[in-house]
Amino acid sequence: MPFSLDKAADHYDVIVIGSGLGGLTTAKRLSYCGHKVLLLEFHHQLGGLATWFKRKDHIFDISLHGFPYGMVKTCKKYWTKEITGSIVQLKNIVFDNPQFSLQTTFDRSDFTALLKKKFKIAQTTIDHFFSTVAGMNFYDDQTMTTRELFDEFFPGRTDVHRLLMEPITYANGSTLDDPAITYGIVFSNFMNKGVFTFEGGTDKLIQMMTEDLEKNGVMICTNAKVDRIIVEKGKVRGIEVNGRVITAPAVVSNSGITNTIYDLAGRDVFSQDFLVKADAIRVNNSSCQVYIGLKKDAAIEDKGDLLFTSTAPVFDSSELLDMHTRSKTFSVYYPKTRPGHDRYAIVASMNSRFDDWNSLTPAAYATEKQALIERTLVDLNRYFPGVNDKIDWLEAATPKTFNRYTLHSRGTSFGTKFEGLAVSRSLFKEVSGLFHVGSVGIIMSGWLGAINYGVIVANDVDGYIRSV
Amino acid sequence: MTRDDIKDLILEIIKDIDEDANFATLQSDQPLRDQLDLDSMDFLDIVMELRKRHKLQIPEEDYPQLASLDSCVNYLEPMLKNV
Repeated sequence: MPFSLDKAADHYDVIVIGSGLGGLTTAKRLSYCGHKVLLLEFHHQLGGLATWFKRKDHIFDISLHGFPYGMVKTCKKYWTKEITGSIVQLKNIVFDNPQFSLQTTFDRSDFTALLKKKFKIAQTTIDHFFSTVAGMNFYDDQTMTTRELFDEFFPGRTDVHRLLMEPITYANGSTLDDPAITYGIVFSNFMNKGVFTFEGGTDKLIQMMTEDLEKNGVMICTNAKVDRIIVEKGKVRGIEVNGRVITAPAVVSNSGITNTIYDLAGRDVFSQDFLVKADAIRVNNSSCQVYIGLKKDAAIEDKGDLLFTSTAPVFDSSELLDMHTRSKTFSVYYPKTRPGHDRYAIVASMNSRFDDWNSLTPAAYATEKQALIERTLVDLNRYFPGVNDKIDWLEAATPKTFNRYTLHSRGTSFGTKFEGLAVSRSLFKEVSGLFHVGSVGIIMSGWLGAINYGVIVANDVDGYIRSV
Repeated sequence: MTRDDIKDLILEIIKDIDEDANFATLQSDQPLRDQLDLDSMDFLDIVMELRKRHKLQIPEEDYPQLASLDSCVNYLEPMLKNV
């Protein structure tokens, strides 16, 4: 059980601000390296955007929609056998839009078969495409966009572009105009073996991670909102939280990168050159979600685990971001998702812009939120006819909701665009002892990206602490 | 540490990373990455483990020196000679 702040000591080897998957993993790795770690979270619950909430008998997962198989290796190496053992495959991924309807296991062999038989693409083109994206890495050319990549391999085939892009847009908020490598790296991760989830739900995962951190001696305090990071003479001295100073030679911020620079450290501790780069960071878009809980004893047929649905004629990145988008995913949580919890839940997710919602008057905001729920139900009834009578909980979240619970600039649910990664990586070269971990650069986002980035940053921090 | 000790150390660390790693046909002059299916995260683990066990600080620009078992030994030998 996390503690309240008054139980924390006055000094640690490292303080981690924020308990998203990146913060949790950095804390774990640093305790494994033998450091005394304090983990502070402003919310009463750990997990950051890897979170859940309870209403009546329902449990709703916010960001448990499916991650790549790489999560198995990552959890095995950096977390526990028990956590690894709870990872299971989601075998039925559904696409339904005016251009095509299909079911897939979302892996390379099934996609190859679909592209060949259903989309009539030549085998050599398919193989060449897969080997091209699989070979992409961070050090490649970053000027080519995903749009250019698709046009090269599948010119004029908007249906193929949709099949390849739509899921990734929901996974990391990227668009056709982002660097192709951000697409290639994430898409290839999924194509390796398909889509996986955590049996037992987000609450179980975070509970297991919390217990593991406590076992490793990490001091965890919730309801502890850090006011500022104290920097003196270009070096971190500690943090100020609830009027109290806690010192440490290293501070890792798992707050958003823009929040870290502007709100926690403050502009005045950075060089002009660095601020030019920081000011150029584009935070990614946010999301809307509708949470649908079914009555006790109500059931629905298994129509798939993850449904990518749209009534828009073609895929268009800006249509997906529109406030009234006709594109959304349904994550369906059957009782198998949470063994022992015999309920059905559905979470509809859409990408969305913070400004669209933030500019509304309170009355217009409430009206739009209700309209969002209504549109979602119309779409849901196409897959589960008559489902309305089975529902006993309906609730919506908007970019403003994401902003309130994560404090992220403009409620971003996918971190930053590509340029955010270089700024995040160079923070400690600017202020000694100050590190950032969190969703940046599109590739370091999602559950797998966040955990792996936590490991990468922990390595930097460990190297730094041992050198001072 | 002798060159053989260093070799054993690297293999022991890799075994911790991947208990199924098969060293039977490993060629010491060929890249570890291809032969043992190691990714960049695995190499980071090796770096972190060397720091933890022997206080070695390996800067990022030297990571390519860890490519094969032979290059690992050549690179680490001077650092570990008094261990």
